[in-house]
Amino acid sequence: MSEEQEVVTVVKAPVYLKYNFTAGAAPARFLAQIKKGVLTGQRCPKCSAVYVPPRGSCGGCGVATEEEVVLSNKATVQSFTIVYIPIPNNPIEPPYIIANVVPDGANISFIHLMSECVNEDVHIGARVEAVWKPKEEWDFAMDNIRYYRPIDEPNVPVDQIGKLPVTGLEG
Amino acid sequence: MSQPDVLNQAFELGYTYTRSTGPVIGRFLTELRNRNIVGIKASDGRVVVPPMEYDPNTAEELSEFVEVGQQGEVVSFAWVKEPREAHPMDVPFAWAMIKLDGADVPMIHCVAAASEDAIATGARVQVVWADETIGYMTDIRCFELV
Repeated sequence: MSEEQEVVTVVKAPVYLKYNFTAGAAPARFLAQIKKGVLTGQRCPKCSAVYVPPRGSCGGCGVATEEEVVLSNKATVQSFTIVYIPIPNNPIEPPYIIANVVPDGANISFIHLMSECVNEDVHIGARVEAVWKPKEEWDFAMDNIRYYRPIDEPNVPVDQIGKLPVTGLEG
Repeated sequence: MSQPDVLNQAFELGYTYTRSTGPVIGRFLTELRNRNIVGIKASDGRVVVPPMEYDPNTAEELSEFVEVGQQGEVVSFAWVKEPREAHPMDVPFAWAMIKLDGADVPMIHCVAAASEDAIATGARVQVVWADETIGYMTDIRCFELV
C-alpha cells in the first residue's frame, strides 16, 4: 500500500429515486383551483369533515368526498417547528418556521412556510393568512402561496383549532 | 367545474449519503485505488474477499489482509439481457459470483461477454480496471473472459 496516498475512509453512496408523480382526480381538481388562486377542500358526506388538500375520500368514514368547499385565506397555526439546519438545495436561509396551518373552513392542517414574523413569537393558535405570489406566476402548485404571515386577531383556543367555519373567528 | 387533464410531474428524491467505510473496507478500497485486490484471513484459514471486519465463526476482529489474484473463476452467473440505467454496463452483461485466485469465497461483480453463450460456470475471468481509480468498487470496471 502506497504511503503517500491517504487511506480511503468514506464513499459517496447517494440514492436517487425517480418518480413520475400523478396527482389523481381529487388533487388535480384542487391544483386546478390553486392555479386560479383559490384554496378548496372537500367535505365528507357522512362526518362533514373538510379535507385539504383533498384526497377524494374520507379516511375516517371510508366514503368518497365530492362536495367542494372554498376555504379562507385565513388560517390557524396548529403546530410548528423552527428549522435551524440548512437543507441542501433549499434556498431558504435558516432559522425559519414550518407550520401546520388549518385554513378556516377546513378540519385538517397542511404544512407550509411562515414568514414576516418574529420566529420566537409564533405560537399554537396564532392567526395567520396566506400570502400569494403575483397572479402571473400561478401554476398547479402549492407554492402559489408563498408563505403564511401573522395577522392581528385573537388566538384560537386549542380545542377550537381546526373547527373554525370559513367565516373565521366571528363566524 | 370541468375535470382538468391528468397532472403529471417528474419528481426525484435524492438521499446524498456519504458512508464511512471503517478500517477494513477502507483498506480494501484503498488497495483497489492502487489496482490491488485484498481479502482477509478468517480463523479457519479461509480468505474472504471483499474483506470482512469480524470472523464469521468466532466473531473475533480480523486483521490479516491477503492479496489475491486478479483472475478467477465464475462460480455462478445471471445474464442481464436488458441493462437498466443504474447498471454498470449499457450492453448485455452478466452478474457473476467470481472466486478470485487465492480466495475461498466468491465475490459478486459484472462480467463483460459477447453473448450469454460465451460465459459459463467455471469460465476464467480477469479484472478490467477503470481508467482512473478513486477508491470505489467501480475501480474494477468489470471482469472479462480470459
